[in-house]
Amino acid sequence: MKPFFLFLLALWSVTPIFAQECDYSIRGEVIDFHDKTPLSEALVSITGTDKYVTTDANGTFRIGMLCPGPLELEISHAECTSKFVFVPADQKKPLKLSLEHHLEELEEVQVTGDTQRKQTASSIEKTVRTETMDRMAGSNLGDVLKQLSGVASLNTGANIVKPVVQGLSGSRILILNNGVRMQDMEWGDEHAPNIDINAADRLTLIKGAGALQYGGDAIGGVIMVAPERIFAKDSLYGTFLASGATNGRGGTTSLELIKSFDNGLFFKVQGSYKRLGDLEAPDYLLSNTGVSQLGTSLQIGKNAFREGWELFYSYFDSDIAILRASHIGNVDDLITAINSRQPNVIDPFSYTIDNPRQEVSHHLVKGKYYRRFEGLGRLTLQYDFQSNQRFEYDLRRGDRRNIPAIDLKLNTHTFNADFKADANSKWESRFGIMGRYQQNIADPSTGVRRLIPDYEKYDMGLFGTTLYTLSDALVLDAGFRYDFTRIDAKKFYRLSRWEAQGYNSDFEDIIIEDFGSQLLTNPVLDYHNFSGTLGAGYQLGNENELRVNYAFSQRAPNPSELFSEGLHHSAARIELGDLRIKSETSHKLGISLEKSVADWGYTLVPYINQINDFMLIEPTGAEFTIRGAFPVWSYRQTDVVMAGVDASIYRQWLPKWRSEHQFSFIKGRDETLDGPIINMPPVQIQNQLVYRNPEWQHLRVALDSKYVFRQNEFPSNISVFSPQSNENVVLDINTPPPAYHLLNLDIETRFDLFKKKDLTVGLSISNVMNTDYRDYLNRLRFFADDLGRNWALRFIWSI
Amino acid sequence: MKKVPFYAIMTSLAFMAVSCSSDDNDPEEVLEQEVITTMTITLTPSEGAAVTLQSRDLDGDGPNVPEINVSGPLTPGETYTGTIVLLNETESPAEDITLEVTEKADEHQFFYGVSGGLDVTTEYTSFDSDQNPLGTAFSITTGEVSSGSVLFTLRHEPKKPNDGSLADAGGETDIAVSFDLSIE
Repeated sequence: MKPFFLFLLALWSVTPIFAQECDYSIRGEVIDFHDKTPLSEALVSITGTDKYVTTDANGTFRIGMLCPGPLELEISHAECTSKFVFVPADQKKPLKLSLEHHLEELEEVQVTGDTQRKQTASSIEKTVRTETMDRMAGSNLGDVLKQLSGVASLNTGANIVKPVVQGLSGSRILILNNGVRMQDMEWGDEHAPNIDINAADRLTLIKGAGALQYGGDAIGGVIMVAPERIFAKDSLYGTFLASGATNGRGGTTSLELIKSFDNGLFFKVQGSYKRLGDLEAPDYLLSNTGVSQLGTSLQIGKNAFREGWELFYSYFDSDIAILRASHIGNVDDLITAINSRQPNVIDPFSYTIDNPRQEVSHHLVKGKYYRRFEGLGRLTLQYDFQSNQRFEYDLRRGDRRNIPAIDLKLNTHTFNADFKADANSKWESRFGIMGRYQQNIADPSTGVRRLIPDYEKYDMGLFGTTLYTLSDALVLDAGFRYDFTRIDAKKFYRLSRWEAQGYNSDFEDIIIEDFGSQLLTNPVLDYHNFSGTLGAGYQLGNENELRVNYAFSQRAPNPSELFSEGLHHSAARIELGDLRIKSETSHKLGISLEKSVADWGYTLVPYINQINDFMLIEPTGAEFTIRGAFPVWSYRQTDVVMAGVDASIYRQWLPKWRSEHQFSFIKGRDETLDGPIINMPPVQIQNQLVYRNPEWQHLRVALDSKYVFRQNEFPSNISVFSPQSNENVVLDINTPPPAYHLLNLDIETRFDLFKKKDLTVGLSISNVMNTDYRDYLNRLRFFADDLGRNWALRFIWSI
Repeated sequence: MKKVPFYAIMTSLAFMAVSCSSDDNDPEEVLEQEVITTMTITLTPSEGAAVTLQSRDLDGDGPNVPEINVSGPLTPGETYTGTIVLLNETESPAEDITLEVTEKADEHQFFYGVSGGLDVTTEYTSFDSDQNPLGTAFSITTGEVSSGSVLFTLRHEPKKPNDGSLADAGGETDIAVSFDLSIE
């Protein structure tokens, strides 16, 4: 018995040793996350060991000779990010592992610096990067975008700058701030976008209505202000910027700090402050042109492949002084101002921001959540709330100077849901819905009749876009969008205006109360708008790319176009909207031909935009009050054609010498009147010579020349009666100023500090020759010259 | 962590729903506080009836033109005492804007521009605290039989003192009304 017992004992005792022999194996299959196709050549390795295998053509693998027990597998593939999988000790069934195969889809973890993913295949896009934005430290969104060909700006002085894209601005340009469509009363010509560019990492401009997921009414284009991408790695970094300028005797400072973790969690905090006093034209001080601007934002979120979320809050506050001399009483004052060639008020330099001025603040709150569904795509839900408060202070008599003449509060709630179906590698489709509620509250305590009435606005949108990759060289895209807009306003009309506009016969039924001299009305206006795009992107060899895009879009009138009614002191004009205005419709065809080889490249973008029922405001006559005559600017609708070319070319002449050239040309025609259109940007040529020497502390010297031609096509001036001269006089408000040429110089060096950190120091001199000039698209051109020379020194320290 | 965004969204939606149910209160009527609708100039001779010049525009910067009335001609060789009264008649009772102007006398000045051969001379009789002209009161002395017009201009924040011309004074125009007058 004894030997048998011993044998049993031995058997029992060696059993574990047998198991330790490690003949255990695991097998499985690696598939693509999106379309569930097998992934071959994927590397499967066991962490902590040197065992690995690659998957076969069917995506399957088997690893044998394993010791039992919990394991961790690392699965990687050339075109994918690695994935780690925990395998329990009792794993018997084959593993099914999915990998995120389309690298370009990985928006959240994209690391390639230069290959920005385009928003659509066929739209014409341009991006301004951080370095360029840093060089313009202390300027604003409009000025930065002007660096791109085809972009001009509509200014009210130097601090209120609205981008003009291929001749269009205001409500026709959609501005997205970290994915949120800005609702900041963009309808007013003297309302600057409430964007702190210090918070932005890059600005992307899509010319035309190609990006339907953001809205169908972007007849001019879409500007995307995007913050820096934050990657899932353990890190703490940031940027500190300080700049000082001689013109305005002030500066800007900005700080940004980001903390990110391996699991995708991140925090970001950013703040900036800008303060300038009175600016200077070459020959005189521009009294009351200072600015004080504060921007801050807070972002927290988690970026992981399968799901993620983000909470974002930003606050922007600007207090902008408006040139004192631009506040005038009547037509005679305007004529005097135009003829004097010099502002009628020139005070000593001051930092005071006095009346007339604007004080605007903007709160933005956003919550976003996304989740990927295996084999289907990604669902994104987003809610945002914005609150825009605008005060405009005028020169008023007595104690009223401290009461704003305009006090508007615009609150907007938006909810977006969109689904991106990318399971099929050839088709990528997006569907989405949007719901928006907006409320405008005009405070009656101003003691001035409301320029924009109280209203509630409801928007609903539905869209679908698709991208079809026909071959490596050819991508087609198409999209459709429907938007419903209802504006429900409560507006007071002066009885005399109501009758003069002919509303008494057309809108009798909307009167809800008669106050004698004023009528309270309740216009409820509905708009159904459709938009669609069709385009193709074609790669001609490795060096050339051709894009063709057709966009059909419709835009509902904004509150200013519908309801404006009153005297605007800042421009000494009576502005009149019209309730009868309907949506405008644009057909735009844009082509882009791009070539880029090692030492040279070009972009050629011709376009034609036919806009039916185009809304525009222009001087139409004069009205008399006890203060004298005022020009009346009325909105009207007409059919127009705008056509132009944006071109740019660069050449690397020598390893250290490069030149860049840009040209934009646009012509607009009012087809109904067979005449020119007001406020079309004049032809521009910009040339830049850049010297770079990486060995001398990354020295970069750039000399930039900008020539703006005179706009020779403009509507004729109007004639008005002047009480002062007791006769009819020509009001020279449409005549454009002469052509001008500006030179700018920028010198920059970068010092490498420890741990890959660096410090950039730059000096930029704008308007080097201190040239006197006035710009056609500056609303203050009647009153004063544009800015003189400015020396700006900047320090950018990457922390 | 996963639930947080959903809660955020649900809360937001609820918030949205609350916001949507706005009250149906009608907005308050705003009557222009700033506007001057009426300027009445009374020219009182040493004896006899006063002549009044009036410009009245009840719709302010609305489309209607001001109604201008001159009660009668002036007599030759007479010195009239002139007073100017400014009203905002959109408010009820009408607000006397002259008070505001005299209160901020240093920020205002009237100008009288005679043209078209009218034989008159004017003189300021009201001044601000720096003894610069204000011109809510003045005198007008007529000469020979003639006709022409007088442009009454009120400037806000003009340069003070100035040489008496509108061009030198600058500022912004609060009132500019021209009255056709005759001396008979």
